[in-house]
Amino acid sequence: MNRNSEVSGSNLERVLRSGEFALTGELGPPKSADRNNVIEKAKYLKGNVDAANITDNQTAIARLSSIASGVICLEQGLEPVVQITTRDRNRLAIQSDVLGAAALGIKNILCLTGDHQSFGNHPDAKNVFDIDSLQLVNMLYKMREEKIFECGDVIRNGKKGRVAEPRIFIGAAANPFAEPLDYRVMRLEKKINAGADFIQTQVIYNMERFRQWMQDVREKKLHEKVYILAGVTPLKSARMARYMKENVSGITFTEDIIRRMERAEDQKTEGRKIALEQIEELKKMEGVHGVHLMAIGGEKSVQGIAEEAGLLPRPPAVTG
Amino acid sequence: MLKKKPKIIAFCCHYCAFTAADLAGTMRLQYPANVNIVRLPCTGKVNANMLLQAFVDEADGVMVAGCEPGSCHFLEGNVRAVKRVSFAREKLSEAGINPERLEMFHIPASEGPLFAKSAKEFTEKISQLEKKGDGEADEPDSDETGVETGETDSREIGAEKGEPD
Amino acid sequence: MIVSEQKPFGQIFDFVRDYNNILVLGCGTCMTVCMAGGENEVGVLSRQLKLAARHNNLNMNIDELTITRQCDREFFDENATEKINRSDVVLSLGCGVGVQYIVELFPEVIVRPGVNTRFYGANISQGLWLERCAGCGECVLDQYEGICPIARCAKSLMNGPCGGSADGMCEVDTENTECAGQLIYERFKNLNKLDELLEIKPPKNWSAGRDGGPGRIAREDMMFDE
Repeated sequence: MNRNSEVSGSNLERVLRSGEFALTGELGPPKSADRNNVIEKAKYLKGNVDAANITDNQTAIARLSSIASGVICLEQGLEPVVQITTRDRNRLAIQSDVLGAAALGIKNILCLTGDHQSFGNHPDAKNVFDIDSLQLVNMLYKMREEKIFECGDVIRNGKKGRVAEPRIFIGAAANPFAEPLDYRVMRLEKKINAGADFIQTQVIYNMERFRQWMQDVREKKLHEKVYILAGVTPLKSARMARYMKENVSGITFTEDIIRRMERAEDQKTEGRKIALEQIEELKKMEGVHGVHLMAIGGEKSVQGIAEEAGLLPRPPAVTG
Repeated sequence: MLKKKPKIIAFCCHYCAFTAADLAGTMRLQYPANVNIVRLPCTGKVNANMLLQAFVDEADGVMVAGCEPGSCHFLEGNVRAVKRVSFAREKLSEAGINPERLEMFHIPASEGPLFAKSAKEFTEKISQLEKKGDGEADEPDSDETGVETGETDSREIGAEKGEPD
Repeated sequence: MIVSEQKPFGQIFDFVRDYNNILVLGCGTCMTVCMAGGENEVGVLSRQLKLAARHNNLNMNIDELTITRQCDREFFDENATEKINRSDVVLSLGCGVGVQYIVELFPEVIVRPGVNTRFYGANISQGLWLERCAGCGECVLDQYEGICPIARCAKSLMNGPCGGSADGMCEVDTENTECAGQLIYERFKNLNKLDELLEIKPPKNWSAGRDGGPGRIAREDMMFDE
């Protein structure tokens, strides 16, 4: 991460750089060509988050492209964090998409490998995985800082062309809850070394584990090298909690959370309450620079939660 | 169309079922003469190839009779036989042959009567299959008594079948 | 070895049901040890075909033969050649290589595959085969202390493991498939060289494998002058 000067001019970068506690949201593009669906969701998020992640064929289900959705968001005045997975595209296609995204005004990209296609609606598809998420981070970093493609060619149109590299604020994911546990900080370090500017973590339902992970992060002073946004998703019901606990790899729950959800009279309110308590703790936790609030299928609910968490108003968005 | 007695091949383990068959003879217990016994050193010797060949050679039914679980002379030959029989049944079924035509039995050496009873009952089952055609053998047991004879008085045969020897 | 499994019988039967003279041809090397197309499987399949032919009132003559290797000219001896030439269709229980090689050697014969060729694997225990190599053409096992992330990670992650690793298992098959990233991590930990995992492995050169086009290896020193 380059802490000396602005690298992308994105709103998210500016907020983080200013030391303000950042808030990002998430927008899932529709399984259709309905641009109004994106516009509708963008409306709920605009002004309530600093930027919104636009998922890339989330859970390996074919959806409106993340770059196209990102451009629609831009038009609506919502800054996108375009997610790019290495599952569906090789290094050629990804670099081409990154150039295209940059040309269309996109400034944040989150680098992911992506869910395996066997979980989605095209399980018979051939996967690509030409590169992994770490290599993708590094590729974007070299495109921006060294102004070269993965192959080493300079990013310009012919020898006399102007060098026009994509200025991207590079994001990566971290999962403090996956195994091997003691490797997870190392993997974060690896992503930082590869060139990540910011990190969004897997959703937290095990705060004990997260605290431990952050402590290890601080011990290695990694929080000084990267902006960390902690993942928060309000639980809707005890059933959702149990389902995730049993079926989603890489998410762990403390017994306490499950018990609270089960005992609550109004489970939805309890889930929200837990999320607010988490945000409260995260705001004070050293090395956590913001929250990534993923309200699953609930772009609508973000404003209310942000409001109650005292995260509104957001710093005025700057158009870069 | 009624065929004559069905041709049954019984692959018998030397240490148990074969001895039991011998004993049945000594005890003058009746069992169908159409059951042709092939002696094996152990039912662990059977494989799908051998079992399918019996059908290629026009057997109507095949019995594999080994020791009871836990008492195999070679420790677990009979356990393996169970798996191989079940594999061969799949192969038969794929080829359009009713897998009920192949069955695994466990008959201790001292059980002459059990051998006679098993051979009788298996022959009976195959006869019924011959009569009604293979397709229906997969139907649940409850129907079987009714279809068995194709005649009105089915209960008698059903009862006879259930009788202990 | 190359590991295969037999195609569903119904599919095989459909391949050959319109022919009268069928040769079921086994392969004595990989297909024998992976129990998909050796002498034993040829025997079972031939008998199944005979029974199915009888069941369907078809006139099928089924011959069987297993040769040492279907991917080597020298094993197509006089006997094999005669049997192949005499048949209307050869049902090959060799891997995909065998099927094609028979076509190359006997262009006038129709050949059908009896197995699905799956992977390069090891016989881990009786009846169990697991993939171990992806034939990528540029071995990286030196960098991973003998555990291949290309073949054994569902996403071929060179800088794994991903976030889907749980209890040492891969999220794609949590019951049966170990997480390669986890195995690599443990191996490096045991060898006291965890710090080496911090190194960012660069994108792989895939051109040495299938992505570079059909493979070709030519050894001039081994060729006969003609």
